[in-house]
Amino acid sequence: MTAVDVRPPLVETRSLGKTFDTRKGLFGRLLVRGRHLIQALNNVNLTVDRGTTLGLIGESGCGKSTLARVLLRLQEPSRGRIIFDGEDITEAGPPRMRELRRRMQIIFQDPYASLNPRKTVEQIVSLPLRVHEKLARKATRDRVADMLERVGLKAAHLNRFPHQFSGGQRQRIGVARALILKPEFVICDEAVSALDVSIQAQILHLLQELGRDLKLTFLFISHNLSVVGYVSDRVAVMYLGEVVEIGPARAMLVDPRHPYTQSLLAAVPRLDAASGRRRTLLSGDLPSPLDPPSGCRFHTRCPHVMAHCRVAAPPLGELSAGHSVACHLYSGQRPAGEAS
Amino acid sequence: MTASAAPVEPLLSIRDLEAHFQTQVGLVKAVDGVDIDIFPGECAGVVGESGSGKSVTFLSVLGLVRPPGWIAGGSIRFDGRELTALTRRELRRVRGKEIAMTFQDALTSLNPALTVGSQILEVLREHTPADGARPAEAQALEMLSLVGIPEPAIRMRQYPHEFSGGMRQRIMIAIALACRPKLLIADEPTSALDVTIQAQVLDLLMALRHRLGMTVVLITHDLGLVAEYCTRVIVMYAGQVVEQGPTRSVIDDPAHPYTRGLIGSIPRLSRLGEKIRPIEGQVPELVRLADECRFRARCPVAEARCGARIPMSDLGGGREARCVRPGGRR
Repeated sequence: MTAVDVRPPLVETRSLGKTFDTRKGLFGRLLVRGRHLIQALNNVNLTVDRGTTLGLIGESGCGKSTLARVLLRLQEPSRGRIIFDGEDITEAGPPRMRELRRRMQIIFQDPYASLNPRKTVEQIVSLPLRVHEKLARKATRDRVADMLERVGLKAAHLNRFPHQFSGGQRQRIGVARALILKPEFVICDEAVSALDVSIQAQILHLLQELGRDLKLTFLFISHNLSVVGYVSDRVAVMYLGEVVEIGPARAMLVDPRHPYTQSLLAAVPRLDAASGRRRTLLSGDLPSPLDPPSGCRFHTRCPHVMAHCRVAAPPLGELSAGHSVACHLYSGQRPAGEAS
Repeated sequence: MTASAAPVEPLLSIRDLEAHFQTQVGLVKAVDGVDIDIFPGECAGVVGESGSGKSVTFLSVLGLVRPPGWIAGGSIRFDGRELTALTRRELRRVRGKEIAMTFQDALTSLNPALTVGSQILEVLREHTPADGARPAEAQALEMLSLVGIPEPAIRMRQYPHEFSGGMRQRIMIAIALACRPKLLIADEPTSALDVTIQAQVLDLLMALRHRLGMTVVLITHDLGLVAEYCTRVIVMYAGQVVEQGPTRSVIDDPAHPYTRGLIGSIPRLSRLGEKIRPIEGQVPELVRLADECRFRARCPVAEARCGARIPMSDLGGGREARCVRPGGRR
């Protein structure tokens, strides 16, 4: 009944990598010895289909936000390709990127830091319009007023400043700014994480509603697994810069396969908990990304670690349709050091 | 839920507490008529969103509300003593020794210029008389290993920035527990931590609670944490306690419309595909509050009676709610 969408996925990454050099300045380069390169992203392959939401979870420092910034080319990738709507945009020049950025937007975590305190709501929300569409003043104002209504604010708020709003309302302003150009792809980087629970629910509702009405494609980044489970069609889990598991949201959150995904889920506090449940499956801290473990990066904390996990990195292999995992537990009896 | 046949004397009993702040926009009643009892040996959860007064209530217990804020009324009894009547010097002897508190942000709560060892020693020296047999250093070392810091003898001499977030939170717990307090108030102990580290820290805290026989108050915005760790929950909204009772029964059958709204706002992994139902509107401004139910403007079942000051109703089974029609649905 529904026509099959033959178009390519809206967003795709191929072997995407990003390395940061932690040395600063000339003296840093001369003086710092030893390890100074951080692989924030390593061989990331993802696709986001049109009109769907890909949830991205992982702990601090796993590379979630770097991925967001690299996708929008706010930071340049070190390796790999970024494909947007079938077009390789990895090396697109500034004029082309400018056109493309109309179609891709980002909503940030902190509704206090991401809005200019000296600008009125009208100025904040209309800025993308003024950059990309040279509309008459009246037309601009109407578009902004219309957008404010859509996100649950009022046209009467046009001339107010950010400090006159609560955190939840500020996040609505951030949403309005991101959607005013009618983008196709929206990245939500911890967009509801700073909000109180009841306000978080309002913004989630709003994003879902707008996503449906405007046919948006989302990359939804959050450390909160329950929130990601609520909004996502598919979920990807990152650990130390690598995707360790990706699959349909339900499968990922009901029957996760990677030991890291399993431990993350076990650690989530639950309302319907039987008290005395064991939440800790993982001991120890995240290893330093400056010196990631050999082999599988998770082997230092993995409860199922085997000998060859320490030497060989498991590839991301498909378990079932659309569900892939990077773990030796599922790669058959692959001998150690097969890659060599 | 335990049968409460023999009345147990609360360890901490807060009555009619009022904590006010003078601000540029007017008088803010951050805590307005709060009654809370904490019983010996329990782990009670205090939940509420920003501005609910949950932190200020317990800062008041420790005498840590400072200008422009002050305790404007009420009583705080702890272990048989009235804390509001103590002098600053007397309160100092209680604080840290008998009641300890940990805070959300371990990095700003620890002194960056002192080694973690010296920060534990400071508490021990302040509160315990010199004891030749058990020098403070040995006790500090013991505390660090108790909270799971590997190689404590080396780590003692390091500074807070040399530790990860989870380790810093452990150090703050070590400092708080150094004098073996009867009551530990943990204010958002894990909100800044990743979920796997959060689980480690809270599991540790609960193990220590049993080992040291401590009473714990867990202040958090996360009802899930309360469900996991607390036998009793106290729900606060806009400076007041709106509901309290045994955790399971409150979560399974909330009596106050706010508690119902809060629970309905939380996406649950066990109910994927089920819609959340946000509470409309926002928390009222705490200046110039009218004498009415504070949740009235957002309440889906508000009625005319809600326009008066609403007392707590006893619902039996250890449960109370501040609502004219507790448990009532439209």
